[in-house]
Amino acid sequence: MQAFTQHMGVAAPIIVNNVDTDQIIPSREMKRVSKSGLGDGLFAGWRYNYEGMNKVSLRQSFVLNQPQYFAASIILGGKNWGCGSSREHAVWALRDHGIRVIIAESFGRIFYRNCARNGLLAIELPAEQVELLAEHTAESPQSSRLLVDLVKGEIHGPRGDIFKFSTPESDRNMLLNGLDYIEYTMQFEDAIDAFAKRDYVARPWAKL
Amino acid sequence: MSKTLFDKIWDSHVVKELDDGTSLVYLDRVFIHERTGSVALTSLKDQQRPVRNPRQVFATMDHIVDTLPGRDDSTLMPGGEDFIKTMRAEANDAGLTLFDIHDVRHGITHIISAEQGIALPGLIAACPDSHTCTLGALGAIGWGIGTSDCEHALATETLRATKPKQLRVRFEGPLGNGVTAKDMILHLIGKYSASGARGHAMEFYGPAIDALDIEARFTLCNMAVEFSAFTGIVAPDEKTVSYVKDRPYTPSGEPWEKCVAFWQTLHSDDDAVFDKEITIDCAEIAPTVTWGTSPEHAIRIDGSVPGLEAATDDEAREQMKSAMQYMGLEPGQELLGLPIQGAFIGSCTNARLSDLRRAASILQGHRVAAGVRAICTPGSRPIKQAAEAEGIDRIFTDAGFEWREPGCSLCFNAGGESFAPEERVMTSTNRNFRGRQGRKTRSHLASPESVAASAIAGHIADVRMSNG
Ligand code: SF4
Repeated sequence: MQAFTQHMGVAAPIIVNNVDTDQIIPSREMKRVSKSGLGDGLFAGWRYNYEGMNKVSLRQSFVLNQPQYFAASIILGGKNWGCGSSREHAVWALRDHGIRVIIAESFGRIFYRNCARNGLLAIELPAEQVELLAEHTAESPQSSRLLVDLVKGEIHGPRGDIFKFSTPESDRNMLLNGLDYIEYTMQFEDAIDAFAKRDYVARPWAKL
Repeated sequence: MSKTLFDKIWDSHVVKELDDGTSLVYLDRVFIHERTGSVALTSLKDQQRPVRNPRQVFATMDHIVDTLPGRDDSTLMPGGEDFIKTMRAEANDAGLTLFDIHDVRHGITHIISAEQGIALPGLIAACPDSHTCTLGALGAIGWGIGTSDCEHALATETLRATKPKQLRVRFEGPLGNGVTAKDMILHLIGKYSASGARGHAMEFYGPAIDALDIEARFTLCNMAVEFSAFTGIVAPDEKTVSYVKDRPYTPSGEPWEKCVAFWQTLHSDDDAVFDKEITIDCAEIAPTVTWGTSPEHAIRIDGSVPGLEAATDDEAREQMKSAMQYMGLEPGQELLGLPIQGAFIGSCTNARLSDLRRAASILQGHRVAAGVRAICTPGSRPIKQAAEAEGIDRIFTDAGFEWREPGCSLCFNAGGESFAPEERVMTSTNRNFRGRQGRKTRSHLASPESVAASAIAGHIADVRMSNG
């Protein structure tokens, strides 16, 4: 996985509370046996005009459809962002669309955990600070990009403001080292083997 | 040191405490299905990682398969066939046991894992479906995981998890007329909110739990996750032992004697300490139904939609308003008598033989009201066959129900099927979220008997008034 140390990018505001994973990617869009290629379905209900079940055009009013946000790689969100069902497709769709950072007042718990596992950085900031970032980038998103520094735990706004954030140690570790979730555990393979052997003797009835 | 039932099982499965505060927990069983399992297996293969212990992994097709009679790999879900074919190919390739569509053991994962004796008391199991907590009914720990965790489980035989806090819920007193395990759990969630057990594993105990048969305990534990619990569990007793005895994967001979002896130790010690305790007097439980879009919107079936003044703050009021709008209801409106257009009996919550028998006893000699589309999906092929041997299928079809093949079906619309917008549906499933059974469909959760009684009446009906 791509290591995450620093990222600079255009921030798009989707500051809505309780955006759930069904909205991030509706279940009708999860039609692939793969984690890639889901970007198309990202926010499908908000992004497209429909005729029946068919997408016929882009809805201009939706932020990611506006030219100044085409290159957005950072999302500014509201409260309880990414709540709802545990579908990891939401994170894959965001990643596939090129999103690397989400800054919000708070996150759905499972969504938050899924971000780090998939190389996305989710940052919790107080609502006023998220609003401020939105305000400072609104006029000219492309020339007022944000710099997100995971090593220092800082977001540098376009007007020179610095916002501090913290990330749970294990997530930070995985992201900084580009360490994959399974690799991390397989460091302890000996312990797993030893446990399984002991357990085989202790609970033969539990084995198949 | 005194321990809870949950402690005893969890602690004995910890391989290692990790420095990030999580535990590396050994898994005895992993269950997968075509919707998520196919993605996890494909992704592992791309990473050239093998399934570490294929013997402990069991796969079924339940989430996407069609449940119409005569079905095959094609489904109404766009692209669904791909999931089914990929699952089959990858499961075979990885050497997993697969309960394929035409296998005589086929069915919904949480139902067949117990039915086949794969899930046993004292084990830990994981599956990429939130309702894996169902297995707690046997005194096992089961919980639902996402795709990353599923890959992790398959590749390492373990999960990284934080041990939850613990809650104990006592049910006292006998159950009233027409009251079932479904009403017990809906009542609990309605009383203490859908987040009442957040961060906690929950043990059910008390005389009313002892009195429940194992199938009813499955229904109860199934909905622990709707209470936001990590999982739900009931200590194994004699009923549990006779339930698991002689099933295909259950041990026999000397190992059987050993495990039965061990299961006797699986209960919370007398002085075990819980982080939270709740007691419910069953006398306060009536047949229960949900009015809104969360399982916590549960009320007595002869009750009324709450008034907005019941909301604790502005946000809650807005949520209630929007739930009422979605459901096409007004504050204070009575539920009894509301016309319905759909009735569904199925899912891992309420599609076992005893559920079908009870529903059949109400349907017998009656017809579903005109304008109601009624569907029954037995939870597994063994259940379906047993029901057919008893003539239950005839009672359902004579009443005007569709009699389907096993699968998740209209528990959610990912199988591609749905009820229509604004149709009101009485359903024996576990989630009444917006759009769960179709775009704008209005789902009311209830017991199979309440669903059956309402299907006959053509409106939400009180099973205590039915002459079944
Ligand atoms: S019946 Fe519903 S809750 Fe049960 S496993 Fe299937 S989708 Fe999940």
